[in-house]
Amino acid sequence: MKKSIVSVVGNLVSFVISLIVLLPLAVLFINSFKTSAEANRMTLSLPKKWVVENYVTVVEKGKLFSSFLNGILYASCSVVIIVILVSAAAFVISRNQKGINRFLYYFIISGIAVPINNVALMKVLQVLHLVNTRIGIILLYAAINIPLSLFLSFGFIATIPREIDEAAVIDGCSPRQLFIRVIVPLIKPIMSTVFVLEFMTVWNDFTMPLYYLNNSRKWPMTLAVYSFFGAFENSWNLVAADIILTLAPVLIVFILGQKYIVGGVSAGSVKG
Amino acid sequence: MNRKKIYPWYYAAGAAILFFLLCFLPGVLGIAYSFTDWNNFSDEIHFVGLANYKTVFHGNSEYMKYIVNTLWFTVATTVLKTVVGLALGLLLTQTFIKGKNLHRMIIFSPQVMSYLVVGLVFRSMLHPTTGFLNNFLRGIGFGGLAKNWLTDLKLVFPTVILVDTWKGMGYIMVIVIAGLLSVAPEYYEAASIDGASFFKKFTCITLPLLKPVLVNVTVLNVTYGLRVFDMIYSLTNGGPGNATGVINTAVYKEFSKGNLAMGTTLSSILFLVVLSLLYFIIWSMENKEVEV
Repeated sequence: MKKSIVSVVGNLVSFVISLIVLLPLAVLFINSFKTSAEANRMTLSLPKKWVVENYVTVVEKGKLFSSFLNGILYASCSVVIIVILVSAAAFVISRNQKGINRFLYYFIISGIAVPINNVALMKVLQVLHLVNTRIGIILLYAAINIPLSLFLSFGFIATIPREIDEAAVIDGCSPRQLFIRVIVPLIKPIMSTVFVLEFMTVWNDFTMPLYYLNNSRKWPMTLAVYSFFGAFENSWNLVAADIILTLAPVLIVFILGQKYIVGGVSAGSVKG
Repeated sequence: MNRKKIYPWYYAAGAAILFFLLCFLPGVLGIAYSFTDWNNFSDEIHFVGLANYKTVFHGNSEYMKYIVNTLWFTVATTVLKTVVGLALGLLLTQTFIKGKNLHRMIIFSPQVMSYLVVGLVFRSMLHPTTGFLNNFLRGIGFGGLAKNWLTDLKLVFPTVILVDTWKGMGYIMVIVIAGLLSVAPEYYEAASIDGASFFKKFTCITLPLLKPVLVNVTVLNVTYGLRVFDMIYSLTNGGPGNATGVINTAVYKEFSKGNLAMGTTLSSILFLVVLSLLYFIIWSMENKEVEV
């Protein structure tokens, strides 16, 4: 008897908490189909008439298409840079952990926790002529996400037996062949995790464009939704539709790539 | 076999150079600039010694308030997220819960959303007149509980902390669950045979074995809390007044005003605080496996 009460209460609590998480999204979803007047009092009641045109309006007025492409460009380019640089670095640092490599490892992974000085970074970017440029923001995203990616890949490569390298070298592999033909195929799983995790991190970020991109045509989707919010604060139906459209890509990636994301999170639970 | 030859050092150069240039160098330069009067209005930069730091720590400056707010935010969110995450982790590993994986996935999902979007979601939810929460409260006859969640000076800080917990609790939960699943079930079986209660099992088996995970989670939450920017910027932008201002929102404010020296001073203070914790941070990262 006591057991079943505990079970009912436990299930109820889990249900309520899931509901608390889902509710805001459900409310926004429903309200994104209402007319402006109806959405002015946000409730869970279904819209009298489903106004799908809200989404069309938002895509046009919010410049969603170009900001979507910006976001994809920044995320994919920086993640490709991360995967290439980090897999090479993790390979040599993890295999030869002596001397300078040991220092390099701790030096770089300290970047997981240590904050970036955005003001002085502006100066550095100015000197390098990278302010307000797409290439600048891509390099910046690559740089700030290198520490976590290195930490994740370092641990993974350490689990691959070194005997494999020795066998390859005895068979006449050069370092480059060893890396490309032997190591890269073996580290595909962790690189997929890094790819998905960092893609979402970059996609979700808005701090860097806020500081370093003053041209709204170069803004990624997350920042575009913010300026849309400012301009249309009284049309909650449009704001809701814009938020839903901004959330949709990450939620789809999350549902498809859940394995990598949850795996990566618990493996490298170091992200601040 | 010569390790230096098989593993050439320059493979690490790309990552190291990029990190050095865009992450480390600004940190060091920033400290140097914090001793100057660097701003957007004149091209000359003068050395002013510790003047910026004196302004920050002098009496009741607004900067002091930002630092205190940052510390409060860090303590409150760390405690809340750890407790809620632990409770959820324990709950969602019990055998009697139906649809555990679905619950876990739903509760984790805010983690993948942008802070900016979460901030906007809650700004619309908590809007005093049009927002869902107040309409809901009025609808069920608790109109008296409808408040100005994000503009009332007394309520705004707790509201921000709760929204942050809403977003972050699932992440902590996932880490706790990974830790819980690595505890061998034999311990619990043996304890059950000895007649241990649920509470006894929790304090004598779960907590001690989960200690490394909890240390890790705490470090994670503390470093997040100290650096928080996104959540605050999108929810309140530090307002009303500077009631919810934290170090990083103040940095942005000084940056936009062109007051660069002050921005970099505040940033450097944060840099040094986190740097002083770095030993613990790296230690906890290296010990993140649950050792049983």
